[in-house]
Amino acid sequence: MNPPSSASAITAAKSDGRAALVGYLPVGYPSVAGSLEALRTLCGADGETPGVDLVEIGLPYTDPVMDGPVIQRAGTRALDRGVRTRDVFAAVEAVRAAGRPAVVMTYWNLIEHYGVASFARDLANAGGSGLITPDLVPDDAQPWLSASEEHGLDRIFLVAPSSSEDRITMTAALTRGWLYATAVMGVTGTRSSSSAAAPELVARIRRLAPQTLIGVGLGVSNGDQAAEVATFADAVIVGSAFIATMLAAEDAGHPEDFTGLRSVLADLTQGVRRR
Amino acid sequence: MEPNQLPDDAGHFDIFGGRYVPEALIAALDQLDREFATANADPDFWAELDGLRRNYSGRPTPLTEVPRFAEHCGGVRVLLKREDLNHTGSHKINNVLGQALLTRRMGKRRVIAETGAGQHGVATATAAALLGMECRVYMGKVDTDRQALNVARMQLLGAEVVAVESGSQTLKDAMNEAMRDWVASVDTTHYLIGTVAGPHPFPKIVREFQRVISTEIREQMADRYGRLPTAVAACVGGGSNALGTFADFIDTPEVGLFGFEAGGDGVETGRHAASIQGGSVGVLHGTRTYVLQNEDGQTRESHSISAGLDYPGVGPEHAWLAATGRAQYEAITDDEAMAALKLLCRTEGIMPAIESAHALAGAMTLGRRLAAEQPDADPTIVVCLSGRGDKDVDTANAYFGLTGRPDHYTGGVA
Repeated sequence: MNPPSSASAITAAKSDGRAALVGYLPVGYPSVAGSLEALRTLCGADGETPGVDLVEIGLPYTDPVMDGPVIQRAGTRALDRGVRTRDVFAAVEAVRAAGRPAVVMTYWNLIEHYGVASFARDLANAGGSGLITPDLVPDDAQPWLSASEEHGLDRIFLVAPSSSEDRITMTAALTRGWLYATAVMGVTGTRSSSSAAAPELVARIRRLAPQTLIGVGLGVSNGDQAAEVATFADAVIVGSAFIATMLAAEDAGHPEDFTGLRSVLADLTQGVRRR
Repeated sequence: MEPNQLPDDAGHFDIFGGRYVPEALIAALDQLDREFATANADPDFWAELDGLRRNYSGRPTPLTEVPRFAEHCGGVRVLLKREDLNHTGSHKINNVLGQALLTRRMGKRRVIAETGAGQHGVATATAAALLGMECRVYMGKVDTDRQALNVARMQLLGAEVVAVESGSQTLKDAMNEAMRDWVASVDTTHYLIGTVAGPHPFPKIVREFQRVISTEIREQMADRYGRLPTAVAACVGGGSNALGTFADFIDTPEVGLFGFEAGGDGVETGRHAASIQGGSVGVLHGTRTYVLQNEDGQTRESHSISAGLDYPGVGPEHAWLAATGRAQYEAITDDEAMAALKLLCRTEGIMPAIESAHALAGAMTLGRRLAAEQPDADPTIVVCLSGRGDKDVDTANAYFGLTGRPDHYTGGVA
């Protein structure tokens, strides 16, 4: 059986009259086992919050040029603790078992090194829905375009405020599932103020590719921001705000304490449900 | 495809090169590609750059015959292309002046750069001062500690130096951080990459600005000796001085092209920076090339006594030249490089950078080989002396166990 499209989580939220919440956590932090537990928490498996609608599982890389300091720090610790590419499939299975679709987000060299076709096969077998590629643009993506077709996987490309109209059109045409709109010119990380660039970018995408589902990420950290982004995007993507709570817990000596994570999650799940 | 037509429009050298970067940077890379194409066709652009090369940087640089050193190279003729005599002390200024003029043409007023040993950072800070631009240089924390003098030089020139504390805190992490800055600042800022690596069009642009090295070698050889060199040789980290040395000879198959990578403790030990000799094909910093990586594709840390070669990747055109066999690459250990450094000091009174000493050490074995293979051909090797050794005196002192104290004291009161 083919895994669910990650877009189904977004359309389900839409039919609920709200934007979907997409949560990012890296596999391997605070440990491989600990990350699976954190992912289950993110899915609302403990019943304390509704959880996110869709999970992005980060696979740490030594040279993550799209990531800000928070995700870098967690990724470096995960690598120091021995996380391997194959661990991402266990993370996908954990998320699927918690009833949410999962996509993987990582840098291209890890996929290429694993083998593009093998990665697509193993990701599909684990129940993964697709892959977000922060450093692979469609121009150089031929092997991935074929492998994702063969295994029915979503391929989620990024667009940025600097993208030309031609590139938005081309990228939207080759994206499968949904399109990741980077709200600001910058890397991942929480920001206190939201940028005017995000609604403008989303409006451009809607004009150029009206059928495309759009997730907006980079900088969203609390329920108020999520509620604001939810007014114009189909999905709100949050990563660093979750991970910051886990880094704080570890620095306080309690790496498996997800109280902070639950509290940010509760705020964000309420944020996307505001009317 | 003829070598001179490479890379293709998308920056590929066959399977190497390309653009593996966030979409946010594509517009800036396209702009840079267009601007370079326009500038390249504009005689005024090249006239201004040529003026700076002559009157600011000190080009053309000499081609120095080194007969006493050559005695250790099988007796072949050895000539040094003296990039060390450029303003700021290395070939880095060739590329920096060109890209700084492009920056001005694009209407940008801020440049950022990555640097390892500090040579490219100093060159960039210099060009920024010359053209009145704001400049920020990213440098790994490990490198700011071991190259404090170059940090101070950049600051004196008005640049801001940022120590990068993420990852391995060396050149590759400085490049990551510069890339992150650029993603956020691309409207006003040019990322002035210092080598023939990174996403398209950087490998092409940097090669074209370094091409002057081989153009001058060719002219100087013709004027003085009426012939071509048998071989040209250069050290390879990212590979900008080597591509500059190779560029005008790539389509001349009778000239051998030799690149010498940093072998560190020896390629077989795993502690080295020889991406072609000891790496495998992968993607790093926006380009597909040979990379030092582990079984998952995570970047491995490189090791070299030379900070400027201490990089786990290599420019994609070198990967292509190696894969096609047009150029040959060999690894030189720290010990071999340091021996060659000392030898050039003692035989010729020229103190090379440790980077360049790798090329000198390579020329010693290459010379013996050519002397044996082509005894009647009067073999001539041109070695690119990419930089001067002043910055490396502390490293050399530590390596050779020198104390910096006088050998004798005299004239004092006992």
